[in-house]
Amino acid sequence: MRLTILAAVAVLIGAGAGIAADNPIHARQELMKANGKAAKNVVAILKGKASFKLETVQAALKTFINTAEKAPALFPPGSDKGKTHALPAIWTNKSDFEAHFTKLGADSKAALAKITDEASFKTDFPPIFKDCGSCHKTYRAKEE
Amino acid sequence: MRVLAALIALALVGAVAFWVLTVPAELDPKIAQAMGEPGDAKAGETVFWAAGCAACHAKANEPFKLGGGAALKTPFGAIHPPNISPDREDGIGAWSAAQFARALYDGVDAQGQHLYPAFPYPSYRHMSIADARNLWAFLRTLPAVKGRMPPPDLHFPLNIRRAIGIWKRLYLSPLAPPQTVAAADTADYGRYLVHGPGHCGECHTPRDILGGMIAAKALSGAPAPDGKGKAPNITPAGLSKWSQSDLELALSMGITPDGDSLGDAMADVVTDLGHLPKEYLTAIARYLKR
Repeated sequence: MRLTILAAVAVLIGAGAGIAADNPIHARQELMKANGKAAKNVVAILKGKASFKLETVQAALKTFINTAEKAPALFPPGSDKGKTHALPAIWTNKSDFEAHFTKLGADSKAALAKITDEASFKTDFPPIFKDCGSCHKTYRAKEE
Repeated sequence: MRVLAALIALALVGAVAFWVLTVPAELDPKIAQAMGEPGDAKAGETVFWAAGCAACHAKANEPFKLGGGAALKTPFGAIHPPNISPDREDGIGAWSAAQFARALYDGVDAQGQHLYPAFPYPSYRHMSIADARNLWAFLRTLPAVKGRMPPPDLHFPLNIRRAIGIWKRLYLSPLAPPQTVAAADTADYGRYLVHGPGHCGECHTPRDILGGMIAAKALSGAPAPDGKGKAPNITPAGLSKWSQSDLELALSMGITPDGDSLGDAMADVVTDLGHLPKEYLTAIARYLKR
């Protein structure tokens, strides 16, 4: 019985790892969706639609940091095929592409340290959005 | 024999008509004179960002080195934005203020040649003379850059520069730079920025088969010139789901209400807009939401 459970767990873990490895397109899109959701929450505060909460802002920055760490590994050769907006330039300029994630991670970490209140949030958060745009400009295909 | 003579005569008349119809315009002497007055380079820097000069004439991250930029791919072929740095040989350092205004307003260079409307003079001709003069003063302060860009790589008949004269007759509105412009945070100033220096319509207004903007459909969205993607509809109807503050945030930070980023050519525009006073972005958003 115990052995069966162990085996089942092993299979599940294997399958989970397999999904990440076999389907990097899905995995990286999930990361980007999380980024978008986090950014949306922040935009709501910037617009005055939601009140400032340090936790929301910090959660967003942590989401960006997580994406910046994990995303570079999710663009293996060959994952330009399929339902993806990833442009071929990613694989021809891999080091520049990855540098964008490094910058996003570093900028987000710096902002996490600096932002303590609404005032610092308003100055130190928005520049991070530039990191999104500068990478999407070159490496994400336009919507049809 | 008589038929041949008639044909030759007809061809001659045609050639003369073409020549006459395509004569590059001389700059209005009143504008030339006004351009001769000293400009304010500091104010000109703001015009520089509003007009997005660097996005086409400089390489990324070196906005003040206007040695020329990446090729613009149009349905008619590729055009290479030229060196407009103050270099006397390769750039426009030997130009006069009036020659600069002639390029900006009439699309004619210092050699008297028509410029391709990839250079957005159909929009820039709505720029005030004060802005043009200040912009010129600012451009003069930038570093000279050596080197020329290759000539345009266009298909026949657009490779004949003179033919642009016909295009201008079809599409250029009369030259009447505004004498005064509204206060910086008003919708009227937004209109000025959008249709003049900002040249938003060059991407957001659909074009007809000859590449002329369709005035009746101004800002209603258009396919990207390189054929991929689309510049969205930014008329009040197209922006019905966007609030004034959504627009201001998007223009200043490049982020949409959904948390997505503005990409493609608009990412460069956002970089430029980031150098403008905040009231300018308020003005643009007010005009777009009018």
